[in-house]
Amino acid sequence: MATEASHTDAPLATAAAGAPDLRVRGLAKAYGRAVILDGVDLEVSRGEAVALLGANGAGKSTLLRCCLKLVGFEAGTVDLLDQPVHALEGGGLRRVRAQVGFVFQRHNLVRRLSVLDNVLHGVQARAFGPTTWFQALAPAAWREEALACLDQVGLAHLARRRADQLSGGQSQRVAIARALMQRPRVVFADEPVASLDPQAAAEVMNLFGALMRRAGRTFVFTTHNLDHALAHADRVVGLKGGRIELDAPVAAIDHGRLHTLYAEASRRG
Amino acid sequence: MAEATLRARPLPARMDRPSPLAFALWAAALALVVSSLMGAEVSVQKLVDGLPRLASIFERMFPPDLVRLEPLLWRLLETFQMALAGTFIGTLLSLPLAVLATARHSPHPVVYYLARGLISLFRTVPDLIWALLFVIAVGLGPFAGTLALVVDTIGFSAKFFAEAMEEADEGPQEALRALGARPLGVVACAVIPDALPSMINTTLFALEKAVRSSVVLGLVGAGGIGIELKVAMDMFQYDQAATIIILVFLLVLAVERVSSWARTRVLLGHQP
Repeated sequence: MATEASHTDAPLATAAAGAPDLRVRGLAKAYGRAVILDGVDLEVSRGEAVALLGANGAGKSTLLRCCLKLVGFEAGTVDLLDQPVHALEGGGLRRVRAQVGFVFQRHNLVRRLSVLDNVLHGVQARAFGPTTWFQALAPAAWREEALACLDQVGLAHLARRRADQLSGGQSQRVAIARALMQRPRVVFADEPVASLDPQAAAEVMNLFGALMRRAGRTFVFTTHNLDHALAHADRVVGLKGGRIELDAPVAAIDHGRLHTLYAEASRRG
Repeated sequence: MAEATLRARPLPARMDRPSPLAFALWAAALALVVSSLMGAEVSVQKLVDGLPRLASIFERMFPPDLVRLEPLLWRLLETFQMALAGTFIGTLLSLPLAVLATARHSPHPVVYYLARGLISLFRTVPDLIWALLFVIAVGLGPFAGTLALVVDTIGFSAKFFAEAMEEADEGPQEALRALGARPLGVVACAVIPDALPSMINTTLFALEKAVRSSVVLGLVGAGGIGIELKVAMDMFQYDQAATIIILVFLLVLAVERVSSWARTRVLLGHQP
């Protein structure tokens, strides 16, 4: 069953040679006087899973949003799937985004629509028009594909249920299915299980990590949970004060340095 | 000791002392109300003097004359049809105009201000004026009234549709933008579904408003039962006027009841 899958039963992804899927250079972003990102450099290879760690306000979410230009940035370059995101607008930007799944902390489903409608929205990455807006108008092939995506997250039986009647864990699985519907090459996830209870969080994260590894997708996720980072990432990148403080493979991670990422925040708290 | 501290502490003021500017504004507002009451020649004496005449009219209204009930019912149906058609067409046209009138989804600031300006124009000119214009343009009859109601509905609904769209949850919109959806896809899939309960509510209010307006539009020859009321009043047939007023009352009441029932179901999130 999909929910019982864990990263340990999946073949390990290996970074392919050649150009990285994501290359960030000198990224700087500020909201007013508050500097969020201060010259971030980051590379993520094809098929690699990277966990972004850091205290609240360290810039993790902003970094992911900048990579898709969901928010603008003041300086730096972002190359994603060999496309210069920093220089793209309109259709060019949409074409890059179409290849990148993004799973949000708050799931961001359209609450009044059905689960199937929400998953079908993922098809908008490659098609346009009313047939992509409502499952009632969608061609049978897309409906079948959406159902298959739901099947991968173990929720095909809830296809007709309204999104606002799902539990938190179910909502996040639907959001993952929507990302899968895009047939993405890269998946970003911004604290994907932060709003779930520990058991649901572990289940969803195991499922999510396994799906990414099986397909060999490039996977970048932010988290506060060190166990999730160590279990599902090949590499851990630590952000502090808008700068990268730590960048190491999971096997070589220094746990003492990991905890320093949160040390100042703990003292403030 | 804590009790002593509590006693020694001064109580907070019951009201904030207004600033000189706030005081001046309140005084100006009061002066405006008083001058308006004088300008409108509001007089209790005149009202008291008029009461016997009002009583006389009511006396002549009862019992209502039902001789022309059948033609009046057909006119009432026409009135309702005008209201329904006007609300339907007006709501359809309001939807794209509302999208253009939202700061978030309008394709360009110029388009945004043009759309807002058009909605303001439709709102500020009364429906009776629109009816007069359309009677000149397309002639006497229900079509002129329906056109007036279309314009009136757009002025009402497009403004509230736009506000509901502005307040739609930003999360799903960001999710759709992130997956490469076009702006129209974001509006159709995330904005409208979220704003839908509010939009249905507005449409039901627009229908109630249109039913009430469609009665008055007949006074200028724009179809509906209003013209019958005018003729009855002009010819001092107050008993027939009473029948018309009762029919209008029942129609408005029925529409309001059905609308209220539908609104409750929408707001409670009823699902089939």
